[in-house]
Amino acid sequence: MKRKNPFDLSFSLLTAAASATVLLLIAGIFIILVKESSLSIEKFGIYKFITAVDWNPVKEIFGAATSIYGTFITTFIAMLIAIPTAIGIAIFVTEAAPNFLKGPIGAAIELLAAIPSIIYGMWGLFTLAPLMSRYIEPALQKTLGDVPVINVLFQGTPMGIDILTSSLILSIMIIPFTASISRDSFNLTPAVVKESAYAMGATKWEVIKNIVLPYSKLGVFGGIALSLGRALGETMAVAFVLGNKHHITASLLDPASTITVTLANEFTEADTDLYLSSLFYLALVLFVLSFVVLAAAKFFLFRAERRHSR
Amino acid sequence: MKVLKLFTMVITACLSALISFGHASENINAAGASFPAPLYQAWAYDYNKATGIRINYQSIGSGGGQRQIVNRTVDFGASDDPLKPEQLKKDNLIQFPTVVGGVVLIVNIAGVKEGGLRLDADTLSKIFLGEIKTWDDNRIKALNPKIVLPAKAITVVHRSDGSGTTAIFTNYLAAVSADWKSKVGEGKAVKWPVGIGGKGNEGVANYVRQTSNSIGYVEFAYAKQNRLAYTQLKNRAGNFMTPGFDSFEDAAESGDFDPKKDFYTWLNNTPGKNSWPIAGATFILLAKDKTAQSAKAVKFFEWALSNGDVKAKELIYVPLPKNLKDKIRAYWKQNSL
Repeated sequence: MKRKNPFDLSFSLLTAAASATVLLLIAGIFIILVKESSLSIEKFGIYKFITAVDWNPVKEIFGAATSIYGTFITTFIAMLIAIPTAIGIAIFVTEAAPNFLKGPIGAAIELLAAIPSIIYGMWGLFTLAPLMSRYIEPALQKTLGDVPVINVLFQGTPMGIDILTSSLILSIMIIPFTASISRDSFNLTPAVVKESAYAMGATKWEVIKNIVLPYSKLGVFGGIALSLGRALGETMAVAFVLGNKHHITASLLDPASTITVTLANEFTEADTDLYLSSLFYLALVLFVLSFVVLAAAKFFLFRAERRHSR
Repeated sequence: MKVLKLFTMVITACLSALISFGHASENINAAGASFPAPLYQAWAYDYNKATGIRINYQSIGSGGGQRQIVNRTVDFGASDDPLKPEQLKKDNLIQFPTVVGGVVLIVNIAGVKEGGLRLDADTLSKIFLGEIKTWDDNRIKALNPKIVLPAKAITVVHRSDGSGTTAIFTNYLAAVSADWKSKVGEGKAVKWPVGIGGKGNEGVANYVRQTSNSIGYVEFAYAKQNRLAYTQLKNRAGNFMTPGFDSFEDAAESGDFDPKKDFYTWLNNTPGKNSWPIAGATFILLAKDKTAQSAKAVKFFEWALSNGDVKAKELIYVPLPKNLKDKIRAYWKQNSL
């Protein structure tokens, strides 16, 4: 056996230590969250905390259901808007755009990802929310407000500070992730395969549908999983335009609250131990939720990967 | 080996920097409420020029300020709402006010000018409870016979984040309305019966500005700096008041600041003839058992009480009346600081 260079050995130890910090950090965060929320866990239990809809700091009654609902509904609508748009962008950039446009659009997407979320929040509050309340939301009410079943989504006075506006901002924030990762995986489709298809007389649409998309499915899913994680945890941008109202509502034009928004809004002024502990408990819920959602995404990705390689 | 040496050197340098930083005993470390933070930082700047002592004030919120002084990790804590004397005794703290802040109501109704709308405690609490739903409600009309009010729904705007401003405002509503007290209560964050929430004073102001027929509450300084359309409000003596330095000073003077209760009081609904009815002082918390640190903090606030009024007014905080300042000085002496 070759004698190991001491420098190599110490270097590999160093990198191992660096990797270990990640695991230690996750464990550390989890332990601290559990410890700090123990007061609230004791008082409300797990099932009761997750399902209770009352969040009343004055009476010291805390339930997470409203925040969990808000987190899921804003994330869901944001994904609904973002995924088709992002994939569309990626297809355009890789397959349809003339060469001189590919660079600028790619750069623009990456720039969009680099904008800090607080700026999205300010923009949402001062620019998007007035536009929503003055034009878009009244128009939605006029057109879809009378359609049975769907109309419950568009009830109430259009304020611009609501689930719809928040989801829109969220979707703008996650589009770059999905789009740039999808673009990269589309680019990985071997040119030989694509050209063979064209040679067989396939149209552009058929090539995209039957060759590019199936080939890069995994990468696209990976991008979606990443943006899902970002949407679940996004705070500042949403805090400005969601209104922090603790209730469960069907209307997209109502204010609501997400877990992170509740934390950002209420953490600094939480004055009683139980209040603070409940906020930590809420953070713990988000920690576990994100973990479960991302683990599930990874699991499906892994399964798809295995099927793919077979 | 060279790399290792360099690495050790860097680590040693960092550690020694940390240690020397922690040793600077002349400094005062403090944390707490964000409302008075600009003033404390301005005072700290002037104090540093006058004495060379540095004050690090971190604006982390009243809750954080209370916790940090209870855990004795800062030299003084700052809080927008007073702690009750029992609580202070339990944590071995003392407490005194520094400046007064007030809350004003702002509206956006077509044709209603700055100071044009008149409200009283009853209509205000019913608007925020959602019982008065439109601007042309008879109860509002009765107070405003001269102006034409629209038959439009009222949009209530409140704070979405926990804040001292909300604490003062809900304390006032609870003081004047039994309904409010039992249904909602008071605190820095409450379960609002109606309305939408804006983040910070700027969020509330922005929503009122954008939404027709809305009403919201903001800190006086914020309303003044941004020239928002505030309302008049009827005080306990029965006079309709316009918010301003004079009416806040009057509230501070007629407030029930008692050193025996560690100055625990709210300036809501004070009896003064010219008092603005919604106000409150912001407070400092000191540890009784940390005499050296507390004495340093007291020296700073003694300087601020004597020299800080001009700066306070410049930043639109209401300085304390003279008799209250004397009470605070006596309170310090009594606690041998």
